[in-house]
Amino acid sequence: MLGNLTWAAIPFDQPLPLYAMGVVGIFILAVLGLVTVKGWWPYLWREWLTSVDHKRIGAMYFILGLVMLLRGYTDAIMMRSQQAIAVGGAQGYLPPDHYDQIFSSHGTIMIFFVAMPFVIGLMNFVVPLQLGVRDVAFPTLNSVSFWLTASGALLINVSLVIGNFARTGWMGYPPLSGLAFSPGVGVDYYLWSLQISGIGTLLTGVNFVTTILKLRAPGMIYFRMPVFCWTALAANMLIIAAFPILTATFVMLLLDRYVGMHFFTNDAGGNQMMYVNLFWAWGHPEVYILILPMFGVYSEVVATFSGKGLFSYRSMVLATLGICILSFMVWLHHFFTMGAGADVNAFFGIMSAIIAVPTGVKIFNWLFTLYRGRIVFTTSILFAIGFMVTFVLGGMTGVLLAVPPVDFVLHNSVFLVAHFHNVIIGGVVFGALAGYNYWFPKAFGFTLDERWGKASFWCWLVGFYLAFVPLYVLGLMGMTRRLQHIPDPSWRPLLLVAELGAIVIFFAIVCMIAQLYVSIRTREVRRDLTGDPWNGRTLEWATSSPPPAYNFAVLPRVETIDAFWEMKRKGLTRVEPAYETVEMPRNSPIGFVIAFFAVIAGFSAIWHIWWLVILGLLGIAVTVLTFGWSENREREIPANEIARMERARLGLGRPA
Amino acid sequence: MHDWRYATPDAPHAPASQARHVPRRSGLVRWLVVCAAVLVASCQQGILDPQGPIASAQRLLLINATEIMLVVVVPVILATLGFAWWYRSSNAHASRSWDQAFEGRIEFVTWSIPALIVILLGGVIWIGSHQLDPRAPIPADAKPLRVDVVALDWKWLFIYPDQGIATVNQLVVPVGTPVEFRLTSATVMNSFFVPQLGSQIYAMGGMTTHLNLLAAETGEYPGFSANFSGDGFSDMRFIAKAVPAGDFDGWVAQARGTGPALDDAAYAELAKPSQAVPPTTYRSVEPKLFEHIIEQTVSGPEKAGVGAAWCPPARQVGG
Repeated sequence: MLGNLTWAAIPFDQPLPLYAMGVVGIFILAVLGLVTVKGWWPYLWREWLTSVDHKRIGAMYFILGLVMLLRGYTDAIMMRSQQAIAVGGAQGYLPPDHYDQIFSSHGTIMIFFVAMPFVIGLMNFVVPLQLGVRDVAFPTLNSVSFWLTASGALLINVSLVIGNFARTGWMGYPPLSGLAFSPGVGVDYYLWSLQISGIGTLLTGVNFVTTILKLRAPGMIYFRMPVFCWTALAANMLIIAAFPILTATFVMLLLDRYVGMHFFTNDAGGNQMMYVNLFWAWGHPEVYILILPMFGVYSEVVATFSGKGLFSYRSMVLATLGICILSFMVWLHHFFTMGAGADVNAFFGIMSAIIAVPTGVKIFNWLFTLYRGRIVFTTSILFAIGFMVTFVLGGMTGVLLAVPPVDFVLHNSVFLVAHFHNVIIGGVVFGALAGYNYWFPKAFGFTLDERWGKASFWCWLVGFYLAFVPLYVLGLMGMTRRLQHIPDPSWRPLLLVAELGAIVIFFAIVCMIAQLYVSIRTREVRRDLTGDPWNGRTLEWATSSPPPAYNFAVLPRVETIDAFWEMKRKGLTRVEPAYETVEMPRNSPIGFVIAFFAVIAGFSAIWHIWWLVILGLLGIAVTVLTFGWSENREREIPANEIARMERARLGLGRPA
Repeated sequence: MHDWRYATPDAPHAPASQARHVPRRSGLVRWLVVCAAVLVASCQQGILDPQGPIASAQRLLLINATEIMLVVVVPVILATLGFAWWYRSSNAHASRSWDQAFEGRIEFVTWSIPALIVILLGGVIWIGSHQLDPRAPIPADAKPLRVDVVALDWKWLFIYPDQGIATVNQLVVPVGTPVEFRLTSATVMNSFFVPQLGSQIYAMGGMTTHLNLLAAETGEYPGFSANFSGDGFSDMRFIAKAVPAGDFDGWVAQARGTGPALDDAAYAELAKPSQAVPPTTYRSVEPKLFEHIIEQTVSGPEKAGVGAAWCPPARQVGG
């Protein structure tokens, strides 16, 4: 009846995860209880859970990323503590089977459920506003995408209490992840949560490419789009091209595990290196899916707070598209040590180094944007400058690793670990937080506290260097990654410094939470009434903060790059336009309902409860068909209603 | 320092417990001393302390490539910090420009600088990849020593086909002699790595990879698996011992006279998962054991499980 699911799946013998989940469970119950007592359910359901508004969905993505950051960070501090304690002959407090799950879930969660939600959340919120339109091309599909991502995140966290997680590392290389070496449910949790969220991500890609190609304000030709929209376009094209590879690869591994096939096994003609090639054929574009939109964020932030236009817009666009194409030609640099020939290694090494050219151009462009600017030091630009300094170091170590003979001695070392944290924290996380501080007032109508924001920035920056510079050195000293205990006592001082760095990053996260709390408490004095708190350049600042559901009552007419800056420069007086009826999509529970059935199907597939898998899939099919046949999907906001709302927000009073 | 593998767990704790009795100021001095010692120590192990031509060439390449890039990286970092500081909005002395900054000549420079660096590095990559190809034999006077390496759960098996002996978690090679490794795995993927000798290479089930290394100095160098392979991974370590050529022959003779033979039954026993396995030697080894292991890995555990450690044809060859 319940497949492989028995009481043995709950780790009563391991107090640590059980207590942790107990605390988390109590917290969740407390939040749900509060929502119930306060009677917020109807509001939550109406305004958030069933919302198809890209701004709400963007915010929910970002909240998901922040919550998962706490989980991913908990894994990180546990790993750092284990490695600081288990030195010499000591075994530390985490036995291998637990430690191995922790580094696997840390990587999986940070990439798929922290970095990706940050990136997709920012794109959701910003792209339609910057394009000067009312929503994405497929608003309901957008909600489905979000809820599928959330389903994946939920499943991966269920593995904490029911069963266990993969012990294979976040890449899940076979044959270790195959049935012969990982017979339990851990790898299945990994595979099914990423399959479900991966479908959501693919749908996001389709949605945003369509939006950017087909929906832009009148006059916004491609070469008038803000750079963030260009980077979003590049990232979403990469999603469309790369995510199907991951899905297909995981399907093959699932067939190996569930049906006894031999795609990637040692025996019967399987080829494990095929998995490794396919994984990185997705994996390398994936890092550009993460970093390209952040390059867009930095471009917006640096230009705005330097008070001048971005230096060399066309170079920026060209560099973005160049990286987009090159990112598909370098995957082999993740495994130069496979034993390929010198020609193959040299080709992929040189292609990898070539990516440094467009990336270097971008750095120079930001540098020349700062040059002769009038720089206002907000939290956002601090993150941008911190990024520029940190990222060139990460880029340099990246090019070092692209030299095959150097990679032969640094591959899989903690030098490599330091390198990709250098570019992911220094690039993606700093970018997400720059964007968070920059667009928060647009999303919620009040600015974030700068003092806590800056404290958070300095903790992030110092914490990053303390945590990862020691790992660079340790990598050179010959320390490989994923060690449950450390053989060499002379490595301990550096490991303690790294632990200290992780603690400083904890304070960075505390400062972020304090910043949010303080800002909400004092929101009345920090209201953004103009809609343009930073003297912005692009169209999202042309509407109010927060924008109305329809974003723009009348779609703006675009004549140049930096459209809003140009409007302000020309001093366009606000002439009340002729309002027209606006058609907006209705809220829909379809995303939430599909996600509900997807969680059921995924969970029961993990535990081999086949009748429930069928029920879950049927539920999804019925939901989609019901939605497909419904006709009542749009609502009209009449012109006089729009006029009333616009006058209220512009403070115009009665019509003249 | 090469005894760290068996270091006692208590040793690192001792100074920490004394620290409480030391006044604060000298605590700071102690930390500075410790930091300096750590940095010095970092140059005396791992890939910064090469003991063979491959590792030396790799260290040189690492240093050269870093220097080439620092030529651009350092000025960029300084310019970023300098511009950010000088053009702060409160600086009355800074000259500003409000225009949509765009300048073709500067654009040319911004593309050229990274392009030139990458052209230079591209040459370094092409030449380095060919010179340091793991499969390329190392030119030397001495006749190369052949060693077959098998990754097991969770230890390393070293077979000396020409000497007819085998070891576990202990690699002994004559100094100044090129060593030709063939590698495979009887389990999941591992990576064979002795940092002070140079290049690592994957050991993969059903496949053979090739690696050529040479130890130029006598000594004991830590080696390990550099690719996560499961619960016993952290202890999947060995010592690579480079000894004078005469001592090597003596060691072979001694190994032939002691220890068990690595036959079917002994290999079947050895192949079972085990952790932190102490170094062992085998006085003899089945001929073609390396090839048999590959066949067995490819043919699968079910078939191999029928009565023998490996598939029947291999048995006939062995017997």
